[in-house]
Amino acid sequence: MTAPQTAAAATPKAAASIWDIFLEFLTIGATSFGGVVPYLRSSLVTKRQWIDDKEFVEMLSISQSLPGLNATNMAVLVGEKLCGLMGSIAAILGICLPGGILMYAVGIFYHLHGDHPWTTAALKGVAAAAVGLIMSTVVSLSKRALSHKFDFFFMAATVLAVNRLHWSVPRALIVVGILAILFHHPPRAKRVSHSR
Amino acid sequence: MNQIPALARVFAYLSLLTVGGGMAAFPEMKILTVDVHKWLTFPQLIHLYSVGQMAPGPNMMMIVSIGEWAGGLLGAIVTLIAFFGPTALLAFVVARSWKKLEKWPWRNSIQQGLAPVSIGLLLAGCFTMAKGAVTGLETGAIAVGVLLMLLQYKINPALLVLAGAVIGVLSFTH
Repeated sequence: MTAPQTAAAATPKAAASIWDIFLEFLTIGATSFGGVVPYLRSSLVTKRQWIDDKEFVEMLSISQSLPGLNATNMAVLVGEKLCGLMGSIAAILGICLPGGILMYAVGIFYHLHGDHPWTTAALKGVAAAAVGLIMSTVVSLSKRALSHKFDFFFMAATVLAVNRLHWSVPRALIVVGILAILFHHPPRAKRVSHSR
Repeated sequence: MNQIPALARVFAYLSLLTVGGGMAAFPEMKILTVDVHKWLTFPQLIHLYSVGQMAPGPNMMMIVSIGEWAGGLLGAIVTLIAFFGPTALLAFVVARSWKKLEKWPWRNSIQQGLAPVSIGLLLAGCFTMAKGAVTGLETGAIAVGVLLMLLQYKINPALLVLAGAVIGVLSFTH
């Protein structure tokens, strides 16, 4: 079942060999500066047509609720859909290799030249900019993913648990997570489905 | 001396904490890599994370640098596999069983409930990092400037991080 399919597979649109998958994700991994998601969409949906927009959004929402980075989870999900286990492995290797090799080199360079005054000055600016970048992710995710006023309470409770009470991340995740899931419990009586 | 088993253990554990994004694991990563195992200092961790934001691909590739420092090439490879293996396996299993879960009423509740917690973890990671990265008026101004620009315009964030480097060189080399 997980054996690699050949390029001559039945559905013409979604036909992809292991090698195609690896190369496509390698390209995404090497070019996706500033965030992987838009590159994934233009490559997988628009260019290759391996999945359609609806599948893309659905896979993205699965990727976001699972632990793991969106980029690698998407690679696994799309690879699995196209070619089973081998497809997943090809996709995740492809998307990780370019950045991994680059950061391997950066790590060595930083170890050698990290205390040069120019490097420390540049890194100070880079780190401050990265804080701004994460804040903007927090804002745009909150706009998109929070559906109830109380969600902000759960969000604040998580921050306090980790930063003030010094809970470990898994503890905060489990305690606040279970409370939040119970709060969003499914409707008891099966009535008309809600309008979202 | 041999840090390989510790690297595998630490990064496999951190892997499972990355709910909603790599930043969610940052507070725990700081404790384990800086305080417990002393593979690098807190400023170094912040620097590597920030430089990693300019690299293409998944945005936590800086873990490779930590692995390289602690255990050379083998350390880098072990760290990479430990950090992406467990969650990849989980995603693979979920991909296979997702169709069955579609009718499960709690699926939606889990998605809605985890959203605020994962954003909270992201914010907690951001605050942990800000403690080390925002140390004065200049760095605060850079952070707020990047935030406002990203909220207002569609700019590639990697360019803004690069701009942060330029501003850094201009302001802090005296």
